[in-house]
Amino acid sequence: MNEYVITAENLTKSFGDFTAVDRISFEVRRGEIFGFLGANGAGKTTAMRMFCGLILPSSGKASIGGFDVYRETEAIKRNIGYMSQRFSLYDDLTVQENINFYAGIYGMSRKAIREKSAPLLKQLGLEAERNALVGSLPLGWKQKLSFSVAIFHEPKIVFLDEPTGGVDPITRREFWQMIYEASDRDITVFVTTHYMDEAEYCHRVSVMVDGRIEALDTPGGLKKSHGAASMNEVFLQLARKAKRKGD
Amino acid sequence: MQAIRIIDIEKSYPLKKGKTEALKGLRFDVEEGELFGLIGPDGAGKSTLFRILTTLILADKGEASVNGLDVVKDFMKIRRQVGYMPGKFSLYTDLTVEENLNFFATIFNTTVKENYHLIRNIYEQIEPFKHFRAGKLSGGMKQKLALSCALIHRPKTLFLDEPTTGVDALSRKEFWELLRSLRAEGITIMVSTPYMDEASLCDRVALIQSGKVMQIDTPEGLRNTYGKRLFAVKGPDMLHTLQRFRKMPAVEQAYPFGEVLHVVLRKDAPPFRMPEDVEASEIAPDIEDCFISLMHEHE
Repeated sequence: MNEYVITAENLTKSFGDFTAVDRISFEVRRGEIFGFLGANGAGKTTAMRMFCGLILPSSGKASIGGFDVYRETEAIKRNIGYMSQRFSLYDDLTVQENINFYAGIYGMSRKAIREKSAPLLKQLGLEAERNALVGSLPLGWKQKLSFSVAIFHEPKIVFLDEPTGGVDPITRREFWQMIYEASDRDITVFVTTHYMDEAEYCHRVSVMVDGRIEALDTPGGLKKSHGAASMNEVFLQLARKAKRKGD
Repeated sequence: MQAIRIIDIEKSYPLKKGKTEALKGLRFDVEEGELFGLIGPDGAGKSTLFRILTTLILADKGEASVNGLDVVKDFMKIRRQVGYMPGKFSLYTDLTVEENLNFFATIFNTTVKENYHLIRNIYEQIEPFKHFRAGKLSGGMKQKLALSCALIHRPKTLFLDEPTTGVDALSRKEFWELLRSLRAEGITIMVSTPYMDEASLCDRVALIQSGKVMQIDTPEGLRNTYGKRLFAVKGPDMLHTLQRFRKMPAVEQAYPFGEVLHVVLRKDAPPFRMPEDVEASEIAPDIEDCFISLMHEHE
């Protein structure tokens, strides 16, 4: 099955005479876990913001879940989920209030929210914490809840921006288990990370250097073509080519 | 001499209901000239310990000293002798790069020129932007400026709270090379990180979780005291292979590790035969394996 949910063709974003994203082209399949790597300043965040319908490209084409990144940004926003380590849940709302809030924003009915909340809380082992403030939860639980909330409305695609930063190694792995389960349900996962072992967990990985996609393949394919033993080595080889010291 | 002594330090923060115990009795020393790592996830208590040692907050219980000075009685002296880079960017965003550096040199009664050799390698990378306001810099450049400011008075002891969080793998590597060169200058460095792979670059590390030290040792020592058999396993379908190993009675833990699974056998495991349809080899543990094993034992 080769149904593409993300396509980009020569997608470019310039700020003045600075080209942050420089003619990137690729496709992501439905249900794929796609790792979007690059050094700080390589253009990942700018590219992500275009895919999420937050900024308009300067030129090129892209469609997200079948919606155009120029004309249908509102439809894009309704059909994706988003989570980052920095922006996730509201600490001073309870677990249930956070779920209600996000699901409400995505237009889910109260009935649907009610029906889906109970199994979710059960699955996360958070039934007893339903009315606890999110701020009082351990970070690992928060991150898992945050991801569940991001896909609560069953988006076609979920964008994860460094979702596991600072999390302990066991929770980090439990988090990836959840990513696999989402992918099994045909949710496409588009993820950035600085943990190179996590790059190995992705179906395919792209590496951005100076605004361009310098390499794109399966982790195994990238290691082979770069004569490297690990994704860390692949990354270091590619990132060293960078001319722009954007970071 | 010990550059840092920590004796039964406890600290909790009040909550609306009850309190949260950030540090539950820490005790260890850091030797002069050591590059010492505090390795643990967010919420482990790393930043709280830094704030106590840099005399910004008081412990509830216990004692601590830095360069032989007590963190309560001699706090003014300590502040003159240490450099501190907090996890959150804390320079003046409305001053330029150059103004920030001059400011920190001046309040420590020195000049940028006097200790320029210490920061040259880092500062040269941000010098082209010296007339930019600090608030306009990107993350990586802010980090380099903050380190320059923390070093400009040539501190005896340097405290770096998660300097590499959110930083890409190449910049992290460069940053650690820099720390090694500062260590060669005789500066004692205490650095915290959530990236387990950085532990192997320290002289000694403390693995910290939930306000407690799980183990302190050299990276080599940590690996040597692991004490369990560990295998790297590759199966046709990773998720399925993982589930299969988790069900085996001899297996204590199985978890993904990059492109392979790591399978840990119980200490008292019955005789174990590796299934023939997987690729497996017995391996030495990584620091992350040690951390996972300790977390498991402490639960």
